[in-house]
Order: sequence, then structure tokens, then C-alpha cells
Amino acid sequence: MKLSALHQSYLNRRSNSFRSPTSVDSSVDGSGKSLIAVFWLILHCLCCLISLVLGFRFSRLVFFFLFSTSSTNLYSAPFPDLPVKHLDVHTLGRRLEPGANLTVASGTTTTKSSRVVVGRHGIRIRPWPHPNPVEVMKAHQIIERVQKEQKSVFGMKSSKMVIAVTPTYVRTFQALHLTGVMHSLMLVPYDLVWVVVEAGGATNETASIIAKSGLRTIHVGIDQRMPNTWEDRSKLEVFMRLQALRVVREEKLDGIVMFADDSNMHSMEFFDEIQNVKWFGTVSLGILAHSGNAEEMVMSMDKRKEMEKEAEEDSSSLPVQGPACNSTDQLVGWHIFNTLPYSGKSAVYIDDVAAVLPEKLEWSGFVLNSRLLWEEAENKPEWVKDFGSLNENEGVESPLSLLKDPSMVEPLGSCGRQVLLWWLRVEARADSKFPPGWIIDPPLEITVAAKRTPWPDVPPEPPTKTKDQMPLSQGGNTAVVIPKQQQHSTKIRKPKRRSKRNKHEPKLTDTTQVSSSSSKRQERN
Amino acid sequence: MKLSSLVLIFIVCNLTFSTISAFRLSRSQPTERISGSAGDVLEDDPVGRLKVFVYELPSKYNKKILQKDPRCLNHMFAAEIYMQRFLLSSPVRTLNPEEADWFYVPVYTTCDLTPNGLPLPFKSPRMMRSAIQLIASNWPYWNRTEGADHFFVVPHDFGACFHYQEEKAIGRGILTLLQRATLVQTFGQRNHVCLKEGSITVPPYAPPQKMQSHLIPEKTPRSIFVYFRGLFYDVGNDPEGGYYARGARAAVWENFKDNPLFDISTEHPTTYYEDMQRAIFCLCPLGWAPWSPRLVEAVIFGCIPVIIADDIVLPFADAIPWEDIGVFVDEKDVPYLDTILTSIPPEVILRKQRLLANPSMKQAMLFPQPAQPGDAFHQVLNGLARKLPHERSVYLRPGEKLLNWTAGPVADLKPW
Repeated sequence: MKLSALHQSYLNRRSNSFRSPTSVDSSVDGSGKSLIAVFWLILHCLCCLISLVLGFRFSRLVFFFLFSTSSTNLYSAPFPDLPVKHLDVHTLGRRLEPGANLTVASGTTTTKSSRVVVGRHGIRIRPWPHPNPVEVMKAHQIIERVQKEQKSVFGMKSSKMVIAVTPTYVRTFQALHLTGVMHSLMLVPYDLVWVVVEAGGATNETASIIAKSGLRTIHVGIDQRMPNTWEDRSKLEVFMRLQALRVVREEKLDGIVMFADDSNMHSMEFFDEIQNVKWFGTVSLGILAHSGNAEEMVMSMDKRKEMEKEAEEDSSSLPVQGPACNSTDQLVGWHIFNTLPYSGKSAVYIDDVAAVLPEKLEWSGFVLNSRLLWEEAENKPEWVKDFGSLNENEGVESPLSLLKDPSMVEPLGSCGRQVLLWWLRVEARADSKFPPGWIIDPPLEITVAAKRTPWPDVPPEPPTKTKDQMPLSQGGNTAVVIPKQQQHSTKIRKPKRRSKRNKHEPKLTDTTQVSSSSSKRQERN
Repeated sequence: MKLSSLVLIFIVCNLTFSTISAFRLSRSQPTERISGSAGDVLEDDPVGRLKVFVYELPSKYNKKILQKDPRCLNHMFAAEIYMQRFLLSSPVRTLNPEEADWFYVPVYTTCDLTPNGLPLPFKSPRMMRSAIQLIASNWPYWNRTEGADHFFVVPHDFGACFHYQEEKAIGRGILTLLQRATLVQTFGQRNHVCLKEGSITVPPYAPPQKMQSHLIPEKTPRSIFVYFRGLFYDVGNDPEGGYYARGARAAVWENFKDNPLFDISTEHPTTYYEDMQRAIFCLCPLGWAPWSPRLVEAVIFGCIPVIIADDIVLPFADAIPWEDIGVFVDEKDVPYLDTILTSIPPEVILRKQRLLANPSMKQAMLFPQPAQPGDAFHQVLNGLARKLPHERSVYLRPGEKLLNWTAGPVADLKPW
């Protein structure tokens, strides 16, 4: 082992310092000995105190400074044969400020070469050690790119187009339902065609809603109006779906047909799972037999529990419609929603406040390859009826009527164990009105009586043009909902008054509204 | 008819066995072939290219030590134990020392553990010396070459310097008796005393079953940008910082502790392996020694290793092109780590991930039991085979002595 000069000298110093009292002792008397001992003790204490203040052992730094000449010589000219690596040299730790633990460094140290040295190094911190938004954005782009690559490698090798069939009609809840389906379909990562079949003709309302999606849509209208009972409604929906399938056949759309009823809710995994279908598949569908009346619901639940206690069936009481498999994951039948507890208490009319029950087999739980519908498709299996010759008068209840052999259906979602979408029917009262297109135009003619007004009852004195306005406040107890135009006129935005609302002459409507409101008020009083 | 059916059966058997032999991690991701400076050597088969003779040392050098403390089988220095087990049953082993190219001395120098599980190296030089004295006196092969065709596995922190503190290890240097032997060690740093020229760097031991049991589906999207779990300040030994990791880990913490891209902390989560599989970059900074099992874990889990250790020599550096696979960051550039990592073009990142997905890459980092083709044991043998044939200077003239048996600190000369 070779010791460096510095190390050796340091050791010698230490041994010398311990030896010196004894050597001095022989020559000097006792007072000298104690003096030197005290001196070393004081030096030791001083060093300890300085170390305490500085926060690190500074003794090595002292030696570095003292012997800096020899060390810098060795640094400036690298000697490969000399034992440079044995040196206990230290970089200039930047912690020379007492008490400060970490300091800002700009990254320059005394080590020049690639040779790494042992000892204390400074902790480098950049001037603003916080996230840089540009870097964060770049990192997110990298993450996105990596995930895209992952998806292309491990995800679907070749994804088929999804053809979503939605029967709909104009009613209060249409915007609610269609927006939900639309958002789900917009998130689907595969190509999509949305076939929307509308009862009562293809209207602009529906067209404007589905146009917002940016998806490729096929909007078909049928002339019949949607009837008012659930039973008739589902029959018409079947007819509408078959119309859509005819469109698929005519347009020769190639992909996987799924039935997205407008009030259903789909999970994203549903769209991933249906890519696995070869010809005809079925998934588990969660049935939410909604009841507007909580009491009804509780009673039906109790009744169901009673029934369960009586009959020890092994059929599940889960509200799920889906495939039933045996232990080898082969399809043996279907789980169907148990409608017995609801017998006699289910909704008949669309606005009934009772549970809305699904059909025996809801269409939404089935998916099929669109090639089954084509006239000629290669490898089309024999257990499929020809769609063109389907006779609707024979009663097509469920998609299984399209098949000759229902046992060839593929169960998806780990054989029905995953519920991938939910069936729900919620509608408003038959006489409920809603603003067409959900745009309030013309403005509302409603008076709202408020107990206290958060704004001053008297609007600021308007300019002369609107002086035929009646003073609004009479007692401060009532207030008027000021329609938009009036508000605009009170603010100094005169040019705007010649805006698109020109068809209503502002002044006339103001007065009529005000008068009507005041008259209304009088009536109420 | 019979012949054709036999041929068919033969073909089917071949196919099934060839797929089984690959490590279970191989999936359907497209990969690239890995070829380092020595060429495309990761999948070489060492059988037939070299012969190894394993010395039969008394069990006090290996088995008894293991019996005293079976924890040695699971810690990161377990490579020495598994190497012996592998060699004893490997086809490269020969019982005839005359025809052997390499001689292996199975001595477990890293198995003297503290109650915490950390190995104490204080007795290792004496143990090694005693083992060498034994083989030198009982067999003529040591004196023939003074150990130049012998190899030892020294997986400790600083290899054959036998100390955990770098300054003291540098002070001691490599054990004099091992100056001519080939060392198989985990430590590797260029221009360092404790890395001898001609050493073979191996990865630290990481338990293969444990890592495999934590695999998650490969299509889980990688959403963490940078991941690290470990100490930043070694409060027990270096409370102020600056010594531990040469200040690099502390710099990582101080610069990036509030950066949302950096998922770094000192916690020990149970989902450590799963999180690594959800990360794009995994930091592998130095600690008290430049190497760490993090590199092995990062490679197995497909996370690009970001190596922050100046002058480090990574395992099997001649067989694996680490520059193409990992990202090397100088310690002085640590404050700008986010800039460095985000400025890597996405194509380069994807290529690195493809290289990491190569099953032979992952296999080369592991020490599975029983040994599988392409694993770290075979890479060591390949490395030894590449050093063959021995030069003429390896063999000493009779009576020539190059090693000084009395060199070293006095304490090392005591018998073990």
C-alpha cells in the first residue's frame, strides 16, 4: 500500500502531536507539560466549536489550503504513473457560509479531468430549482408518444370500425341522453360510424345535436311517431334498428355493429372488448329498472327478497342480462332480468312513475359483425339467416332472430363476468315542454317574485330614449326579471340595440312586459 | 408412414422446447438485436469453448459460512454462492485440472453479516489469503501462473479492495495475492484502484422469482416520467450530505423534489416493482458505491436506466452497448436532469425501450436457479472464454515469483 505524501504528513502530524508532550516532558518540567496539554485542549475545543458553527469538519479543508501548492501541481499535470488516485483531495465545498447547509452553485468545481475524486462534494442546486413549464410540456408529449407506441404494440393489432345504431326521437330528455351517448362515442379510440334513426322524421333538432360530435353520422328518419307506451315504443325501436341494419347492408359498412340506445351508458372497456367479436357476440348488460317513486322501489325490493327466501333458486338476483356459461366458458344460456317482483307495478306509459322494465332480451347486449348483414360476404357462417329475406311480420324480438343457431353466439367480457354497459330508461312527462334546440328565444316571459333583491330596486336613471319605461319598484318587495334588451339599453351600449333582436321592437316589448308583469303582480296581490 | 410421423413429432418437440427455453418475460414487443463492442455475443454458448476446474476447498470456506448465516442467499452479494452452485453442475466443469483453462476458487468472502444484514469485510482478506495458501500448497496450478488463470468472485462494494468505505478501500488497494487473477466483481469505475484491467463486471444479484411475481400486463400505459425510491441523504453516516453519493443524490432531491415529473421519495412502497413498470425513466444514481441493483431492476422492468455515476463501468460492458440502452448523466449535470431527459428525441426513447425489451438483455442481468441459457452465469463464462487463449506471459518460468506474499497491512497476514 502506498500512502500519499499528504496523508503521510497528516498522520505524522497526528502522531507527532501525540508524541510531542512526552518528548517535551523529558526536557521541560511539569508546568511546561501541563501548558502544552492545555494548549492542545484549547485548540481541540476551538476546532470543535468552529466545526459546530460551520456545520462540517473543516480540518481537512484546512489541510487542503495549507498544502494547496502540492495538490495543484498534481492537478495541473496529470501523471498517470503517479498514485494520484490515492490522494485525499477535496473539491471546494461551497459551504463556507456558516450555518448555511446548501448553497446555490453554478456548477463549476475545481475538478477538471474525468477522474473522480473521493471526499466531500458540493450539492449542486440550480438557481431556480422548480419545474420549468416548457420541460413539463415536452415530457408530457414524450409520455403520450410512448403510450401511443405501447398501445400499437400491445393493444389491438388491427381495429375494426365501430358502427353504433341509435334509435331516437325528439323529446325533453333527448338532449340529455344523446349528449351522453355522443360523448361516449367521441372517446372511442377506433373509427366510428354513428347511425341515428329518428322516429317522426329526420329533424333539425336531432341533426344539430349529433353534428356537434364531429363523428361520421348517418341520420335516417322514419315517418311513424313514437308511441306513448313502453311496449309499443320498444316495438318501434326494433323496427328502427332493423332500418339501420338495412342501411348498413346497403352502404356495405364494414365493422362491428353495436346498439347504443340513447339512454344507455357505455364503458370504454366495452368498445375494447367488442373488437374481439368474430361474428356475433353478447355482453353482460346491467339493468337499472328505474323507478321514480322511492317507495315503490323499496317495496319491490322487499318483495324480491321474500321471493328469494321462498324459492331457493341458484339464479342470480343481479339485475344483469347476459350470457351464462358453464365451467369451460362455453355459452349455455342467458341470464335475464327477473321481472316477477315488478309484476303489475311496472310502467306502462312513458311518463308513469314506476319501474321501467326491459324486454326479455335487450338489443344493446348484442354485437355483430356487419358482414353478417351483407348480401355476399366470404366466410359467412351458415348459422346466420340471410338478412335481406328477413320478414319482420314474423316478429323480430331480439337479435337472436337473425340467427338460425343461437348457440354459436360468442360470449364476451370474460364470459359475461364483466358488466360493460348499463340499460336505463328515463323519460319526462308526456306533456313536458322544453325550448326547441334548448335555446331560449324569444326571451322568457316570467315574473319571479323575490323576497329580497340583491340589486337596487330602482335601476339607474336611464337615458331619455327609454323614458317611457315605468318606474319598476313599488315598495321594494317585488322585482322584475329584466329581459336582456332592457339591460342592454340601460347600459351605454346604444349601437347594440340595433342588433339581431330587431324583430322585436325594443320599446314596445318593454312596456308590454312591464305592464304584464305589473298586472300579474296585481292579480296575485 | 411411421417415419413421417416420427419426424413430425420430432419437429413439434423441438418447437416447444425452443419456446420454453426463453425466459418467461419475452412478450410480443418488437425488439432489436443487442451487440456490444465484442460483437453480438449475448447469446453465445460457452459450452465447448472453455473448461473450468473447481477447487475442492474445505467447507469452512463456503458451506459452513452459509450454514451460519443463510441470509447470504438473498442479499445482493449472493452471486458468489450461486456461481459455485452453477459451476459445480455445469458442462464446462472438468474434473481434470490438466485440461482446464480456468480455475475457480469458491470462497465466500461476503458472507460475514452484521445483525442488520450488511457484510463486514474485515476478515475477508485473511480468508482469501488462507484459501490461496491452501490451494498453492495442495495443487501446483497456482504457482504455475501465480493465479493468472484463476478467477474469483468478489461481489463486495469495492471488489477485492475489501472495504465499504471508498477512501479506505483505495488505501488498501486490491489484495496483493489477487493482482494477477481475474476478478469477477460488481464494482466498476474507470481509473480506479479497485478495478483491475481484465476484470469482468457482473450485475448484483436480484431475486428473479420475486421480480417475476410482480409483473404487470405490458399494455399498462407508462405514465410516470422519472421514478426513484431510495435515500438522498444518508443520515446515519453523512448527515450534512456531500460525501454520500458525492452529493449527486442530494442534488437530485433539492432540484426536483417539487417537480411533478419526478416521482422520487425515500418511502418503501409495496408496489415498487409495479411502479417501475409504469415509469419511462428510472434513476440509478450512485450511493456509497457506484453500482446498485436498481440497474438490474430497471432492465427487467423495461424502464430506461438514467445512470448518474461518473466513470462507471457497467456489467458486461463489452457485450452490452450500455450507451444505446441507458442515459448517462454526469454528476455535474444533475441540476439540469429534466432538460436532459426531455430533450431526448422520442424515437431514441422508443429505440431504447425496444432494446430493453430484448429477452436476451433481461436474461443476461439475472442469476436464475437453475441456470438458463443466456443468463449472467453464461455471460461470465463467455467473458472468460473471450480472454482465451492465455498469453505466454501468464505462465511463469520455474522459480520465478512475481507476487509478494508479505505485502499488505499487518493485520491481513494473520491466519484465518
